[in-house]
Amino acid sequence: MPMIELKDIAFIILALITLGSAGGVAFSKKIIYSGFSLLGSLFGVAGLYILLSNDFIAATQLLIYVGGVLILILFAIMLTSKIGDIAVTNKSINWKVAIPIIAGLACFLISSFSGDIWKVADKTPYQSSVSFIGNALLKEFLLPFEVISIVLLCALIGSIVILKREVK
Amino acid sequence: MAEKLFSLIYLVPLLPLLGAFVNGAYAFSGAKLVRPFVHTIALAAIFIPFLITVGAFLHVTSLPEESRQVVVTFFPWLDVGSFKANVEFLIDPLSLTLMLVITGIGSLIHLYSVGYMSHEPSYARYFTYLNLFCFAMLILVMGSNVPMMFIGWEGVGLCSYLLIGFWFTDSAKAAAGMKAFVVNRVGDFAFIVGFLLLYWTLQSKGHATVQFVELRNAVTHLDGVMLGSFSLVTIVCVLMFIGATGKSAQIPLYVWLPDAMAGPTPVSALIHAATMVTAGVYMIGRMSYLFSMSPAALNIIATVGFVTALFAAIIGFTQNDIKKVLAYSTVSQLGYMFGAMGVAAYTAGVFHLLTHAFFKACLFLGSGSVIHAMSGEQDIQKMGALRKHLPITHATFFLSTLAIAGIFPFSGFFSKDEILWHAFNHSKLLWLIGVTAAAGTAVYMLRMVTLTFYGESRVSEEAMHHLHESPLSMTIPLMVLAFLAVFGGFLGVPESLGHFFGLHESNLLEHWLEPSLVFPKEALPMASHATEYFLMVFSLGIAISGCLIGFVLYTKRKDIPESLAQKYPKVYEFIYNKYYVDEFYKAVFVNNLLRLNDFLALFDQKVIDGIVNGTAYVTKIVAYVSGWVDRTFVDGLVNLTASVTSFGGIIARRFQTGRIQTYLYLALGAILVIVFYRFG
Amino acid sequence: MISINSYLFVTVLLFCLGLYNVITRSNAVGILMGVELILNAASLNMVAFAHFNGNLVGGGIFALFLIVLAAAEAAVALAIVVSIYRQFGTIDVEEATNLKG
Repeated sequence: MPMIELKDIAFIILALITLGSAGGVAFSKKIIYSGFSLLGSLFGVAGLYILLSNDFIAATQLLIYVGGVLILILFAIMLTSKIGDIAVTNKSINWKVAIPIIAGLACFLISSFSGDIWKVADKTPYQSSVSFIGNALLKEFLLPFEVISIVLLCALIGSIVILKREVK
Repeated sequence: MAEKLFSLIYLVPLLPLLGAFVNGAYAFSGAKLVRPFVHTIALAAIFIPFLITVGAFLHVTSLPEESRQVVVTFFPWLDVGSFKANVEFLIDPLSLTLMLVITGIGSLIHLYSVGYMSHEPSYARYFTYLNLFCFAMLILVMGSNVPMMFIGWEGVGLCSYLLIGFWFTDSAKAAAGMKAFVVNRVGDFAFIVGFLLLYWTLQSKGHATVQFVELRNAVTHLDGVMLGSFSLVTIVCVLMFIGATGKSAQIPLYVWLPDAMAGPTPVSALIHAATMVTAGVYMIGRMSYLFSMSPAALNIIATVGFVTALFAAIIGFTQNDIKKVLAYSTVSQLGYMFGAMGVAAYTAGVFHLLTHAFFKACLFLGSGSVIHAMSGEQDIQKMGALRKHLPITHATFFLSTLAIAGIFPFSGFFSKDEILWHAFNHSKLLWLIGVTAAAGTAVYMLRMVTLTFYGESRVSEEAMHHLHESPLSMTIPLMVLAFLAVFGGFLGVPESLGHFFGLHESNLLEHWLEPSLVFPKEALPMASHATEYFLMVFSLGIAISGCLIGFVLYTKRKDIPESLAQKYPKVYEFIYNKYYVDEFYKAVFVNNLLRLNDFLALFDQKVIDGIVNGTAYVTKIVAYVSGWVDRTFVDGLVNLTASVTSFGGIIARRFQTGRIQTYLYLALGAILVIVFYRFG
Repeated sequence: MISINSYLFVTVLLFCLGLYNVITRSNAVGILMGVELILNAASLNMVAFAHFNGNLVGGGIFALFLIVLAAAEAAVALAIVVSIYRQFGTIDVEEATNLKG
């Protein structure tokens, strides 16, 4: 009879936060509520990263997703809808069709990994992942690192170009 | 001082070029014409070089005889393999003599033009061409290598063309310019072929050079080289001489010069009497080492020269246009120069070039003055008794006429006598031709003077009304030139005559030019001094009697020439029409060329165009057939494809809702199908 | 007992909720949120596999690049959303159907 460790409790709590918030995102009627629910979901995923001993990724998740993307999304919501319209800004369409399909897909995916089919390595003691990632980024992943920086630059310029008003 | 001026020698050709640029830009800009500005620039551009040339002359005379040959390099120009030509000037006695003539007489004629062209609207254009001509002529004379000389050679041809056709709105004058240009092309072609042949042979001998100084030694390696059955040097010399006949109006290419009188009179004086036409003589002098190697070529030159002298002199009898008479006289005198070159009397040739430049320039300018006074009338039959109205013109004209006729002690006597003396030593026949031509010259020149200035007046009422002596800017050059025409001969007093008067080295010019020239190896046996004195007296007698005959025939006994003309109308007509040479050229060369052109045009129209049109017709038929196939089958296929696609589109467009979700459903459905097919 | 299957279970649910969001929302920003959930599920999946496989670096790097790409994608997508709003006056994808055949 395995012991229920503190780690397992933390996992359950974090998974519940993540999935509950994701449900909020998926089912809330108001877009602004969806946005705030997304915050919980992202927090939950960050917590799960920590449980998976990837502290650096967790921090990055918080910094970029919560601090960047989510703020961006909230701004987009504010910019594109009038405050009074909030109630009708997030209607669902075809949900009667979608729920069975999604449910079927979920069942199929879950069934595909049920059972003990993975090779699991021995547990290693916790080590901070920052130094590994730092080394990796400047050694074997240097080229992707540089490429992604160019992708970011392109995205930056691209969004400015798209948003720029046409000069008349 | 002289040395300082010598260091400025590069300004000599540069200033006229600069002047041409300034005046050219001025003419081109269309700004309001300010005559003093234009002629100040133009005069300065030729007079300053004259001063520099005088300085250079003094400097060179101060040098020892053997170092009187200075090469002044300006900047490198062509350097291709063994072909090395720099922009550099060769200053030696020969080129200095010519430079003095060009800049000196050029200055006088520029000054004269100020008065003569004072009513001309294209004033700036005129002086542009005149300065440009001086530039080209100076390059021709000063160039230290054949390419430079050739540039000048072509440059003077161009300026001559531009100036003959100066009043180009008159189609006859424009045609005269074209004639000069085309005839010169024939000569220039021979010249460049000759030069290239020389260069090519020298290269094969390993002595390739285009420098005159180096050529002098290099050509000695050509001794005995044969091309076919002729010696190569002879061929080269003859080709170059053909070039000279084009530029210097000798048989058979002299026809352009009389027509060239269509240009303004100062131009005729400068280009078609004093400078450009002597380029051929200069060229032979410059290349004397080459010509001296080929007695055969020299014989050809001498024969052509003396025959031209006689030939042109006879035409001179019958011409009534004052400028045409002078033009034929120029051809005749140029014939003398070539005759001198041909008998290897290079000094005599250059001497005659010099004196001829003086008296012929004076004669032309005088005729210009007459024409100016007569409001453009050029027919001497409509003149007469002008001496009272044009005293200065008359005096200078008369003195120059005596000079050209060869009366002692005017300049023409010395130069012509020296030529005849050398011709006598060479061949009695040539001498006879020369003397006959000299007599003829005296007669027709006096005929012209008499008809113009003496006898009874045949001037029309209206012209009489405007009759006036020319302004000072025109008479000063006349007087200077007349002075030179009278006393210029003392530069080359023959040794025998100098000896008679107890002078040593009396032939200054010969002594001066000696270093630049190379004479044939075998010297001709010279006849004795006694013979020379006799010949002198004889030719002087001939000249004087010629003058008297000319004077009497056209004043007192006008009936004699008229009756002669009536008695032998065919001969008169023949000579009057210049032996029909122009007509002959027209019939043989020009018309046949035009006929060839017509034939080629016809060939082009019928055969070439026929082939082209036939091809086009065949293409048209093929195109028609292929078009039918195209429309019926290919288009059918294409349209079928399009119809199928279009029908498919009608069905497929239903899926294109424009909603992201629809596409996502489809993608999801597809994934599910794949998954179930794969794992199901 | 927490095993890799637990994590996979969470990620599958997260992915399905994201997908549901994407296919049912008519609001473009809502769709974008769904995409973010899907990306999160994917990167969590990678990190979990790496963790249980003893790979110290691979999953982290993968997640890192995913996050960066998601940020870039969000920036561009939101720029598009705003310009759609300018064009149509709405961000309802039901109405912005210019590509309808």
